[in-house]
Amino acid sequence: MSSETSTKTPEAAAVPPSGPAPVNKRVPRGHKRLLTRRDRITLAFMAGVPTVLHVALVWVTALASIALAFTTWDGIGLGSIKWVGLDNFHQLFTDNPQFWPAVQHNIIWFVVLILVPTPFGLFLAVQLDKKIRFSRVYQTAFFLPVVVSLAVTGFVWQLVYNPDTGLINSLIGANKPGHYIDWIGDPHLNLWAVLIAASWRHAGYMMILYLAGLKGVDPSLREASSLDGANEWQTFKNVIFPTLRPTNTVVLVVTIIEALRAFDLVFVFNKGAQGTELLSILITNNIIGESSRIGYGSAIAVVLLVISLAVIIPYLIATFRKERRA
Amino acid sequence: MSTNAAALGKQRTPLRPARVLLHVFLVGTSLAWLAPLLWAVIAALRPYSETSNKGYVSWPDKLSLDNFKNAFEQSDMMHYFGNTLIIAVPAVLITLLLSSMVAFYVSRFDFRLNIFLLLVFTAGNLLPQQVIITPLYRLYLLIDLPGITMSGKLYDSALGLVLIHVAFQSGFCAFVLSNYMRMLPHELTEAALVDGASVWRMYWQIVLPLCKPAMAALGTLLSIWIYNDFFWAIVLISTGENMPITSALNNLSGQYFTDPNLVAAGALLTAIPTLIVYFVLQRQFVSGLTLGANKG
Repeated sequence: MSSETSTKTPEAAAVPPSGPAPVNKRVPRGHKRLLTRRDRITLAFMAGVPTVLHVALVWVTALASIALAFTTWDGIGLGSIKWVGLDNFHQLFTDNPQFWPAVQHNIIWFVVLILVPTPFGLFLAVQLDKKIRFSRVYQTAFFLPVVVSLAVTGFVWQLVYNPDTGLINSLIGANKPGHYIDWIGDPHLNLWAVLIAASWRHAGYMMILYLAGLKGVDPSLREASSLDGANEWQTFKNVIFPTLRPTNTVVLVVTIIEALRAFDLVFVFNKGAQGTELLSILITNNIIGESSRIGYGSAIAVVLLVISLAVIIPYLIATFRKERRA
Repeated sequence: MSTNAAALGKQRTPLRPARVLLHVFLVGTSLAWLAPLLWAVIAALRPYSETSNKGYVSWPDKLSLDNFKNAFEQSDMMHYFGNTLIIAVPAVLITLLLSSMVAFYVSRFDFRLNIFLLLVFTAGNLLPQQVIITPLYRLYLLIDLPGITMSGKLYDSALGLVLIHVAFQSGFCAFVLSNYMRMLPHELTEAALVDGASVWRMYWQIVLPLCKPAMAALGTLLSIWIYNDFFWAIVLISTGENMPITSALNNLSGQYFTDPNLVAAGALLTAIPTLIVYFVLQRQFVSGLTLGANKG
């Protein structure tokens, strides 16, 4: 028994490109009758407790966000909640100097992550997949940023970007008073500075996902391709890359969600001040900032929710359809 | 890794120029990748007075662990590590317990509900946290727990953080574990059922032990994620005293730390536990991440 299961490494269970689940999908109807009353109660608890907790704290609050987005509320007493229809959204779209820059920055965040660290992570994965010496050491080097928290990453990169004591300015000689390049303070530079730190982390993450994907590529494909006289690039482009499709889907979804979630780095850097506004930061500032405009903050959350669901729903439908077929 | 590498290891090709070039490239990029962290290490090892005199890019006169010691003592880091521990340990264990129960239900008993249930869990975990934070924050302020938490509310308490971690992370774990459990042969539980074993026994004594590899991978991943959490703690904890280490560092760097070298030491100290977990449980961590390929 144990031998059978131990050969199934967790990778084999990897979702969503999981292999076909063997045999049985459902317990034959008759077995339901074997369940005693106590068993049914146990089962109801086993499924019920986690579901109630998850639904109450995640989904009920998400729905509450939607409801609150159409109200104003000062947070003091439930009686002060007033329905205002689309006012919050109207104000947000037409009269908030931070909103459109935040949307734009979230989009830039995604575009940069998908165009720079993602292909680079794939490139590293392909190189490290060649069964070379010290592969583990290299992997660890690229992977360490993923292990360290984003908040700590923020502190570390602040040391790198510091105008007078930072690594970059010290190296390029811009650390003399009057010649500072203020990487974090300059609104034309700071978004890019943060994105470099974000990419630093993202590349390692993508590398691991692609390495896992590459492990699943049938070696005979590679052999066949080289027998046909294809060079390395042709093999990759025509044979390997197409088989990585499931991984690519995951990578795309992960990257979009990372771009929508982006928060910690910017918060540590400059709390989303000029030049680094993000939707997540605007929402948070509504809560922990001075003014607590709950309805207004919720309206921003709804924008974020709608964008997220536009990605999550199609992805889950595709994933679960595949599962059902399996 | 194992079987393939062993088979191929024997016929390792002699070093070709292309290989050498590749190694040069990889060594170079690895070093560039580690540079920010190494920079922090070097800064942390030097006293502020020295770097402010000689500049940061200079040969160090003496290296010492003083900054680490000062950061640790000045800011009472032990206390914050303790805070993290009382949040992370229960959160990881409860998440694993609850999500494996849902996964067991969904993968072993088809009550037609299971795809829907899994969708609810999985989708919930993919949402950005900020989507739910405003009502959650209000809810936490509304719930009175006199005598149970220090603050008398769910807000500003370790319990509150544990609950949201469990609720949020169980979405992802339930999905992964249900996939894993579905691959276990059904005969196992069927036989037990026919023999009259209770459902709980089936779960606790048959299915759960077989899920050890997946649980280990998820446990490692969860420990690192929950340890690294910054957002929930920043919003849901208001008293600096109660903060876990990552968000406390944010407060500390403004309040106590007056020089960048000390901040570097503080940041590195904060990262040490995750690095230890990673180096010890590397295999579990990586397999956990690929299990969680759908995770944001």
